[in-house]
Amino acid sequence: MTAVQPSDREWLDEDAGPIVRPYALTGGLTRPSGQRFDLLDMVGVIRGPAEDTLHLAPEQAEVLERCQIPAPLVDLAAGMNLPVGVIRILVSDLRERGLVTIHRAQPAGVGDLKILQEVADGLRRI
Amino acid sequence: MAYDASNEAAAGSLMTIKILVAGGFGAGKTTLVGSVSEILPLRTEETLTERSEMVDSLYGVEQKSTTTVAMDFGRITIRKDLVVYLFGTPGQQRFWFIWDDLSYGALGAVVMADERRLADCFPSVDYFEAKSLPFVVAVNCFEGMRHHSLESITQALNLAPDVPVIACDARRRDSSRDVLVALAEHAIARHQGRRAA
Repeated sequence: MTAVQPSDREWLDEDAGPIVRPYALTGGLTRPSGQRFDLLDMVGVIRGPAEDTLHLAPEQAEVLERCQIPAPLVDLAAGMNLPVGVIRILVSDLRERGLVTIHRAQPAGVGDLKILQEVADGLRRI
Repeated sequence: MAYDASNEAAAGSLMTIKILVAGGFGAGKTTLVGSVSEILPLRTEETLTERSEMVDSLYGVEQKSTTTVAMDFGRITIRKDLVVYLFGTPGQQRFWFIWDDLSYGALGAVVMADERRLADCFPSVDYFEAKSLPFVVAVNCFEGMRHHSLESITQALNLAPDVPVIACDARRRDSSRDVLVALAEHAIARHQGRRAA
């Protein structure tokens, strides 16, 4: 075995994707457990009796950190720069441990003229 | 297990609006989502495998070496508790299983069209018509290229006369924004039409 050659470095850029494979972040789990959830479902921390979080992966601890205020699943993926599939697994595991709850996303107000108008006005301003 | 009511309230107060961005391979979905999103778009792109190369024709897009097999995701905050999420989804029929999930409760869809490969839009147009989801067709004009009038595109895609067809440059934020505004206005018109009917 030889050390990493300088010429190898060009392979390890952003386009090459993460060096750590996704399954290494999920403790080897390859699919989420329990009920399937939507990309916009909100993940929120359950504040219970001090839970032993020492056994959590750093990524799961970060999920808990980010869900102090409930956040959509897809925002977690964007914020942590991890594939949605990985976040799904991390979150479903946290749910099984009773550390987070998942609120179904309500398809908000697309039948509500006032909301539609507000969206149109809001988009005009961007 | 303690139950936190304040969390419940916070989760319930955020309203999320979904807009889909569909269209053929290389039509500019990723570009459009990227130009209007306030966050770096989340993107899963994978190199075409030999098998999918046979399925995804590369005619006219020889420069593009990868195809988006999952989705692009972007976000626009309208106000603190009203957020628009954009989902760019691959147009081919074999990805419709993703759309069923995404289109549920969506405000509407943008179908990105590349004039050189108009037929690529057919599956998307068919899908949204079948779902009665409001949609607009955005003709992405690469380098200002325009070969057809917008009327002829309406004809070629056999669109209902009220479906807006807009020329855009997906690289430009203002141009992409105009497409989204047109979609919101179309959704409003449809809503009002349905109530009047």
